[in-house]
Amino acid sequence: MPADPMSPEPAPTGAHAASLDRDAADGAVRRPARTALQDVPWEVGVAKPDPAVVVDGVTRTFGGLTAVSVDHLEIQRGGITGLIGPNGAGKTTLFNLLTGFDAPNRGTWTFDGRSLAGLAPHKVARLGVVRTFQLTKALSRLTVLQNMLLGAQGQKGERFFGALLPGAWRGQERANTDKAMELLRRFKLDTKKDDFAGTLSGGQRKLLEMARALMSDPRVVMLDEPMAGVNPALTQSLLGHVKDLREQGMTVIFVEHDMDVVRDISDWVVVMAAGRVIAEGPPESISQNQAVVDAYLGAHHDAPLTVEEEDRVLAQAEREIAREEHVADGEILSSDVPPEERTDR
Amino acid sequence: MSELIDALAIAGKAALGFQAIFFALLAIGINVQFGYTGLLNFGQIAFAMLGGFGIAISVSKWGLDFWVGVAIGLAAAVVLALLLGLPTLRLRADYLAIVTIATAEGLRLLFRSVSATPVTNGTRGISDFNGQFLELAPWPTNERYRLLGTSWSGGELWVALVGWLLVALACLLIWALMRSPWGRVVRSIREDEDAVRALGKNVYVYKMQALVFGGILGALGGMVYAVGTGSAIPDQYQNANTFLAYAALILGGAARVLGPVVGAMILLFILQFADTGLRALIDNGVIPEGLLTSTDVAQIRFVLVGLGLMLLLVFRPQGIFGDRREVMLDAR
Repeated sequence: MPADPMSPEPAPTGAHAASLDRDAADGAVRRPARTALQDVPWEVGVAKPDPAVVVDGVTRTFGGLTAVSVDHLEIQRGGITGLIGPNGAGKTTLFNLLTGFDAPNRGTWTFDGRSLAGLAPHKVARLGVVRTFQLTKALSRLTVLQNMLLGAQGQKGERFFGALLPGAWRGQERANTDKAMELLRRFKLDTKKDDFAGTLSGGQRKLLEMARALMSDPRVVMLDEPMAGVNPALTQSLLGHVKDLREQGMTVIFVEHDMDVVRDISDWVVVMAAGRVIAEGPPESISQNQAVVDAYLGAHHDAPLTVEEEDRVLAQAEREIAREEHVADGEILSSDVPPEERTDR
Repeated sequence: MSELIDALAIAGKAALGFQAIFFALLAIGINVQFGYTGLLNFGQIAFAMLGGFGIAISVSKWGLDFWVGVAIGLAAAVVLALLLGLPTLRLRADYLAIVTIATAEGLRLLFRSVSATPVTNGTRGISDFNGQFLELAPWPTNERYRLLGTSWSGGELWVALVGWLLVALACLLIWALMRSPWGRVVRSIREDEDAVRALGKNVYVYKMQALVFGGILGALGGMVYAVGTGSAIPDQYQNANTFLAYAALILGGAARVLGPVVGAMILLFILQFADTGLRALIDNGVIPEGLLTSTDVAQIRFVLVGLGLMLLLVFRPQGIFGDRREVMLDAR
């Protein structure tokens, strides 16, 4: 199964992968993950040199529908992994499973060798795996700054009785505020700090959600369609921020539909379709991959159509149209409408 | 004219009396749960009933000290909050609403049932349990005093004084809590639970804390009511009171420290003013007998409150203290 989607290509390891990497030669220095991954074969379920997240046999069904069925998947530490696939491929469900928002029917998954199975979402977040949501969850009736401060971890003032002793948390609050303001400046939201988050535009909310996630000093950031609905100018700055995360040593997993974006920033791309991982590899490998093309466009989208076949299809279509008209005529005849009026219609 | 002034004075007394304190404490509790945390507690009156009957049963049935009764009432409220919260707080908000409304009605029926009569005296209820509290008053409780144009008994004044001190204390506590990081988490839960979970907060624990805290405030309200009337009767604790407390909260402005307090005072003022005022107008013949009789007044005053609430929601949806910008965000 893993080698099957690759059949049109020779085993693309070693020199081939290295030549692809030379295209992005200037980026190679700043992309340790890309360098580490260059000798990894382009196979589904392939082992990575230094995996942060490992998924094993995770299956989630909703009634008869298998939303996710991933046999084996490893996510390289310190890299940007793009997760793509057609609508309904199970990308968001996989995110939900990995972060504890949903529980799989079976399977194990670990972060840094620690099993995350059965952990509540807040415990997963405390371990350093923080996610954002496809539909942005800005906390509308809190100010931008309050949104940010919520992201800070280990706050003494968040305990009920601790809250009543302002002396105990004021210093921590001040430090968190400084950190939040620095992040807001980076994301160009500092002038909005006292506005309600509900008054921000869609793109600004995406920025705020990402900045808020960073307040918790995460080790793995999972971004669910961070660019969806964001205008192109803002997309560029968002991309910059995502690359920054890698620079700071974070592991980034993101879902995205825009292939230009995926090609631009990801070190490794995982393609899902119908709940399964159907291909893995560096971004350059994906668009040539037959399984991926089939998943997106249908398996027979480019099968050549002969003249006879075309005639046959055309004839069948005409027959169907004729039959429908006949049925319609029948209905009209049975009513009180005189036959002459039919021609006008 | 003198009747109008009389009506104002009587309404003023209502706005300051123990009933206003009762509604204020219920509404403050609901404000913690609904206004700040987004929990729909439709059975706040059950907590009040446990508070009132906690004192009543402890003192007159078990012969315990008054303050032990207070402790028992508060403990009962905490237990009820935990029982209601444990199964429902992991679920969507609607489930808590369903469970609390059913519990409030069920508990009242249980307390007035024949089988509970040995403990609660059934529909007759319990009286004579507030003696120890009234003895603490620094003035004679059976004398009457003129105040703001009406007469108050010493006992009423004492209950009102202690009650308003309780309200002030509760407001202070909520003010301190809501400006702290705890308050921030709780308000974030109201906005979006999942976002808060994704940031590493144990949402379940925060919701439980809010439910218990609001329940304790409700129990205190029930205690003030029981001590103020000097009796605890199950049918006093109709669940309609929960919704009057919601009305008070919305009137004053949800998620504001003083909103529920001022809301409760205004609610009681309008109810009493409409009552006394309409009766005076009917007696004087200003309102013809055929249009309205004094027996209708008790219902009509609630119609007036309803009308007032509707006008408020149209012209000032944020309530008296609320922030219009904040309320309008929901419409987006």
